[in-house]
Amino acid sequence: MSERDPLTRLLGTPGKDAGCEGALALLAEYVERELEEREVRDLLPAVAEHLHNCPACAEDYEGLIALARERRIGP
Amino acid sequence: MTRLTVAVEPERVQIPPGSAQLDLESRGWIEGLRATGAEHARALKRLHDLLLRAAYSEAQRRRHLYPEIDGAELDDLCRQAADDAVVAVTRKLDGYRGASRFTTWAYAFAIFEVSTKLRRHAWRGRSIPTADDDATWDRLGSGATAAQTRIESTELLRALRRAVTEELTPRQREVFIAVALNDVEIDAVAERLQSTRGAVYKVLHDARRKLRLRLEQEGHLEQEEHR
Repeated sequence: MSERDPLTRLLGTPGKDAGCEGALALLAEYVERELEEREVRDLLPAVAEHLHNCPACAEDYEGLIALARERRIGP
Repeated sequence: MTRLTVAVEPERVQIPPGSAQLDLESRGWIEGLRATGAEHARALKRLHDLLLRAAYSEAQRRRHLYPEIDGAELDDLCRQAADDAVVAVTRKLDGYRGASRFTTWAYAFAIFEVSTKLRRHAWRGRSIPTADDDATWDRLGSGATAAQTRIESTELLRALRRAVTEELTPRQREVFIAVALNDVEIDAVAERLQSTRGAVYKVLHDARRKLRLRLEQEGHLEQEEHR
């Protein structure tokens, strides 16, 4: 996830936002497409927008991609 | 301690669209969780083991953020997270579309549960700021360094402060001040409000939309496409 500038941190961005529950439902798909090096911002733009605006879900995304990556590499 | 109290009713579970394309491992998980009797119990136990490992792994990854939570307290928190994640997975099984591996989909619930519990736990006993006092706004304004940026920033912040007072409902103001102005964890705010992360985020999202609109109308922000 990119760093958020101070104004975005305060006001968020105006794009379509999946919300926390919507993002959680699609987070696994988002992470796996990203690991396949697909352009997830085009495939799941509302999830990308949400992760930009919600630090809690963005941190969950970091955890999930770490776990999914570990599982790919691991036994 | 486990709290596996939710049983899936197999006859209610529909075959998810796209299940024909499921990888073998994911198909095995779905079949086990839809089964009855001992096979179902085995699948639930296996799921709990998987999600408990995921919860520990995530708690370990975040250890630097919450060094005060460890030992038996951390164990209990991870077990609660795994219990709740198993309940969430079994409840939402119909929503699994096979667009990812089953385990990645299930991990997401374990991570959500452990992160929520860690944040809530870390904020217990701490006060959550609810007033948009001068010190808060001064702190926000002090970030800009170049003179022009500082002037623009000061004007924008003054306009924003007016908009917070005049445009937001009391609940929106409370959430905006805590989460956006003071960086309080959204899960901690949700716990105080006896709400959920998703519901609090919706309040924040609506507040931000109102504020952006007001700042655009006053010429402080460029007009943006509102989708």
